[in-house]
Amino acid sequence: MNVKSAAFAFMLLLFAGPGFPQGFAGLGESAEGYALPDPDTRFSFPEDHGPHADFRIEWWYLTATLSGPDGTEYGVQWTLFRNALTPGGQPEDQVWMGHAAVSSPEGHFYAQRLARGGLGTAGVRDAPFEAFIDEWQMRGPNQNNIDLFAQGTDFAYYLQLEAGKEVTPQGANGYSVKSAAGLASHYYSQPHYQVEGKLTLPDGTIDVTGQGWLDREWSSQPLTSTQSGWDWISLHFDSGDKLMGYRLRDGDAGNYTVGTWVSADGAVAPLAPGDLTMTPTASTEVADRDIPTTWHLSLPARSLEIDVAALYPDSWMPTFVPYWEGPVRVSGSHTGRGYLEMTGYE
Amino acid sequence: MSRVVLLTLLSYWQRRPFQLFTLVVGLALATALWSGVQAINAEARKSYAQAAEILGGYSVLKDKTNAPIAEATFVKLRRSGWLVSPVIEGLIPADRARVRLLGVDPFTMPQISTAADAISKTGISDFLGANGTILAAPVTAERLTDYANRIQIVEGMVPGTVLVDLSAAKHLLQSTGYTRLTLLPDQPLQRPELADIAPSLDLHAPETAADLSRLTDSFHLNLTAFGLLSFVVGLFIVNGAVGLAFEQRRQTFRTLRTIGVAANRLIVILIAELLLIALLAGVLGILLGYGIAAALLPDVAATLRGLYGASVEGALTLSPTWWLSGFVIAVVGTGLAAATSLFKVAKLSPLATGQPRAWERASATTMRAQFVAALACLAVAGAVWGLGSGLVAGFILLGGLLLGAALLLPTLLSAALNLAQKRASGPVSEWFWADTQHQLPSLSLAMMALLLALSANIGVGTMVGSFRLTFTGYLDQRLASELYVSLEDEADIPAFLAFVEPRVDAVLPIWRTEGDVLGAPAEIFGVVDHPTYRQNWPLLQALPDVWDGLAIGQGALVNEQLARRENLAVGDELPMPGGLKTYVAGIYSDYGNPLGQVILPIAVLTENYVDTDRHDFGLRLADGALDAVRTALVEDFGLPPDNMVDQASLKAFSLSIFERTFAVTGALNILTLGIAGVAILTSLLTLAAMRLPQVAPVWAIGVPRRMLSRIELARALILATLTFVLAVPVGLALAWVLLAVINVEAFGWRLPMQVFPFDIIRLFLLSLLAAGLAALWPARRLSVRPPADLIRVFTHER
Amino acid sequence: MLLAVQNLTKRFDDVTVFADISLSLMAREAVALTGESGSGKSTLLHVIAGLEPADGGDVIVDGQKIEDLNDGGRATLRRDHIGIVFQQFNLIPSLTVAQNLSFQARLSGRTAIETRPLAETLGIAGQLEKYPEQLSGGEQQRVAIGRAVANGPKLVLADEPTGNLDEDTSDLVFDLLLSMARESGAGLLVVTHSQRLAERADRRLHLSHGRLSG
Repeated sequence: MNVKSAAFAFMLLLFAGPGFPQGFAGLGESAEGYALPDPDTRFSFPEDHGPHADFRIEWWYLTATLSGPDGTEYGVQWTLFRNALTPGGQPEDQVWMGHAAVSSPEGHFYAQRLARGGLGTAGVRDAPFEAFIDEWQMRGPNQNNIDLFAQGTDFAYYLQLEAGKEVTPQGANGYSVKSAAGLASHYYSQPHYQVEGKLTLPDGTIDVTGQGWLDREWSSQPLTSTQSGWDWISLHFDSGDKLMGYRLRDGDAGNYTVGTWVSADGAVAPLAPGDLTMTPTASTEVADRDIPTTWHLSLPARSLEIDVAALYPDSWMPTFVPYWEGPVRVSGSHTGRGYLEMTGYE
Repeated sequence: MSRVVLLTLLSYWQRRPFQLFTLVVGLALATALWSGVQAINAEARKSYAQAAEILGGYSVLKDKTNAPIAEATFVKLRRSGWLVSPVIEGLIPADRARVRLLGVDPFTMPQISTAADAISKTGISDFLGANGTILAAPVTAERLTDYANRIQIVEGMVPGTVLVDLSAAKHLLQSTGYTRLTLLPDQPLQRPELADIAPSLDLHAPETAADLSRLTDSFHLNLTAFGLLSFVVGLFIVNGAVGLAFEQRRQTFRTLRTIGVAANRLIVILIAELLLIALLAGVLGILLGYGIAAALLPDVAATLRGLYGASVEGALTLSPTWWLSGFVIAVVGTGLAAATSLFKVAKLSPLATGQPRAWERASATTMRAQFVAALACLAVAGAVWGLGSGLVAGFILLGGLLLGAALLLPTLLSAALNLAQKRASGPVSEWFWADTQHQLPSLSLAMMALLLALSANIGVGTMVGSFRLTFTGYLDQRLASELYVSLEDEADIPAFLAFVEPRVDAVLPIWRTEGDVLGAPAEIFGVVDHPTYRQNWPLLQALPDVWDGLAIGQGALVNEQLARRENLAVGDELPMPGGLKTYVAGIYSDYGNPLGQVILPIAVLTENYVDTDRHDFGLRLADGALDAVRTALVEDFGLPPDNMVDQASLKAFSLSIFERTFAVTGALNILTLGIAGVAILTSLLTLAAMRLPQVAPVWAIGVPRRMLSRIELARALILATLTFVLAVPVGLALAWVLLAVINVEAFGWRLPMQVFPFDIIRLFLLSLLAAGLAALWPARRLSVRPPADLIRVFTHER
Repeated sequence: MLLAVQNLTKRFDDVTVFADISLSLMAREAVALTGESGSGKSTLLHVIAGLEPADGGDVIVDGQKIEDLNDGGRATLRRDHIGIVFQQFNLIPSLTVAQNLSFQARLSGRTAIETRPLAETLGIAGQLEKYPEQLSGGEQQRVAIGRAVANGPKLVLADEPTGNLDEDTSDLVFDLLLSMARESGAGLLVVTHSQRLAERADRRLHLSHGRLSG
């Protein structure tokens, strides 16, 4: 669920002036004037691949776990955020932000881009599908066949992604509740991408293959003002099953943990709050803070008891709003690979 | 022992406080003007640097023809991997002078920059959008009363520049594209060649303070030249004072040497003593310099704004470097001025008879060397004039001319005195000329100082005077309308025309827009066909039928600075912004304007530039109709009284700007002359003490002291007169260089030179007064000198 | 009587240099005034020349009382009637030897002065176009003597004219002074500390403790 991300940079940048932002990165701000998620709404494609300008925030969030010819493991992130400055959906009132990163044994490489709407340097189109900011892009005839490109001063990647199955609605038919208080977003994922392509790192260009996971989410006020951050995982088990789960940390109300089980055949089974437990087991000091880089996950209904460990604990994104985002290895009752995201660790 | 010796030497000053006073004052004055000018220049440079680096000081992309850069080009660059950030730059009206407006895109702009700091300090949400806040330094905010409700004051913003969001800039400046694109320092791995993606753009090195100060270089060079001149003149004073102090202490030095103080130690102690005095004078000089700089800075700022549109605001700040450089200059100055005296002491033998030498016969050699150096200076000046061009060449020409003239002075004075001596009849006059001749080497430095001050005075005075006369005449031509009116709203134009047409002789629209002409911002005006223009417009060159052409919508007039900058001649093609092609039908003088200007037939202006500002009109009125029309416009038409200005007020205002502009020059001029006066005084005082052996025999033989004292006074006046006679041609030459070379390079206009004999006569009397006052005191001292002092010459060794 | 000094007194502050001194000098007479260093003999000469004022008594030169004259009058008296030779710095440095020789005479109104015969007599004929600082000390004093007599003065006053010269040169210069003064018909009062030279004068006076003795 990448609730977090939406906020980032600009949010802090945008609202740092008049007062302290509510909740993490301003995601707890009031949604007055914007559309609100509705449990009765059903997805309609390809329109819902495109932007929802009447909502305040929205993102296209892709992560991929990759391997090189020698078995070296890599992680890739490509994200585009949309944030409305004022209600009304005018292109010039939108601010776009892109994040791209590669996690590797050589180190963590990342880049960040910002763009104001209305000029044509960033945007999203539903069909044929295209999401872009500057020269970074995610495009294809449809969302199941896309080319992905991003680069920074010291890295670049060009990946081709293909998904053979339909998207996975999260929560209740895509209505994803974020707290006991009922705040929510529209949320779907495409966890079935097969990926191949090239990474360019300081030491050279590497052919890679692997699996990808796209999250699409839009909302106007997804967090309560007291939620301070979250921990999110997306896992590809070797069995072909997938698991998405997140834990929203709230000092007053306790943690709120939900998720979705996606079977190898694509069947979707939402988890009720409390079905899944996520427990940090060890932390690493990264960027002067303690980040939980190994976790124990327990899902008794699926006899799942696994340990999730960061492959590269230095996968830190020192962007406007900093967070941790990187590939993980899964061991225990189930094995596999995946992505972990953690925000709000001060 | 050194301490004892030092105290012995210092006790001298205790007995001669006035001498200490002149020494300290000379040194302090030299230090003050120099460091004051340095402070002003440093302050201005700091402003330029701040302005240049407001966006971080990165390279930029610009259109090759300086056309606005289309949004599409920017998008294409970004989408191909070029990390660039758009900037819209322009000027907006403000009180006193316009302000530079910078429109930036906070999302793509360099994050490490003054501008980014300013935006993040105030919060971005109010900043964004076409009606976003205008960020301004406190001093600049005061001048932007029209935008008061949008201004957000930011401490530390660059003065004279305001920052707005890109879309606000687009709105405020009515711009059709971006002025330039900032190239961010970190670019991604893969980018196409610029030529493949945006062939109309090219890369420019980062804008630096040097680029911004290029325009104002002439002004700063000017100030520096004055500072240096004052410094040199101040050194003459110090040289005189130190020379006197050393001369009078010869006996002490000899005694000290005799009782066993080694020459080296004596020199070291003397240097310590001078250092002490230099530091004292340095502190005074720096404080004085600060005062001068603080007093002049507002005028300097006004000049820079008025002439160049460059902004220097804010209070004077004193850096430690500046303090240090003040001390260094004081110490170096003392060293230069005292070098010869110290050298003499070093050579002094304890057994030397101590023959007083007020003058040296070796001076013939010195004079020959000076003469050769003078010729070399003049030759360099001539060569530079013949071969070089540009501001620096202009200043080399100036410097060579002044220095050459100064070095030539002793030779010329000597020749004049020789001539006088040959023609002299009677023993006293013969003695007078011979004696003056022999005194020349000792006085020539002071006379050179006087020559420099006088020439600079005549030169600058003539330049300013010519400028003022030309400017006044030009204002009379340019400001032909009796009343100037600015409407509140362009929608009022038809009603306004209907209202005024029966009441006035003519309505002349003063409609204008701005745009880049041949690569630099320019004003574009429109003109109707009216006798007012045909009769009054100050055309320098024009096609024969210039006004008829304009009347049928053909051709354009350009101002002199644009014509000079772009080498335009009458008949040349003139590409205008937006693709309009026209030709130069005439060139007119446009003094005091930093920008290029084009005048188009009014129909051509309005057809091609829809965003033309149409608020302003000039009204031609019958004699005596002014008050009636003004009243009618206020009472019957409802125009606010502030929206009108009559010709006389406008002229007065323009002239006041002019006067302010040259106030600094005037102040420095007077200070320099004053310092030259002090230089003469100290030289004469030094000589007076040394000259007793020359005067005593004449007195003993039978010339009374009163007559001798009158002769001394006459000598100063005659030398001053002779110096003045040379200063006149040098000063006029200087004025010519300033008007015909420096002005053209610095401002882009050439002024006709006019000579002001009355001013020159007044200066002559002033210089006689200065020299006379300077000579009066030594002369008076001679007339009341006790005979015993004179007799002592014959009986005692000095 | 060319010069008459009557009851002359001179004080510097509280110190009496001399008191109640009287002397006289005839035309063509050469009188040497001797005395110890600091005895006041030079001061006496300066008062007689009108260079310094007296504190009592009279100096009468050629019948004119110096006390009756103001600064200008005394200057005129010196210019027209007195030739003075000092120990040093007699000459005007900015003028040539020839100009120095004729200076005083021309100052008092004589237009033509034949400097060449005078210079020949003085033995400095080759130096006429030189400047004083180019001459030796003896030569400078010869020029000073020449200038003192060139104007045909009534009185020549000399204050230690050989004080800066070696013995041989002193003899020559002193003799020259005596002969030139006598030849010009003037009275000569010469102050010297040299007893040897004083003996060559017609008459000697000795100043000691403010008193004059013959």
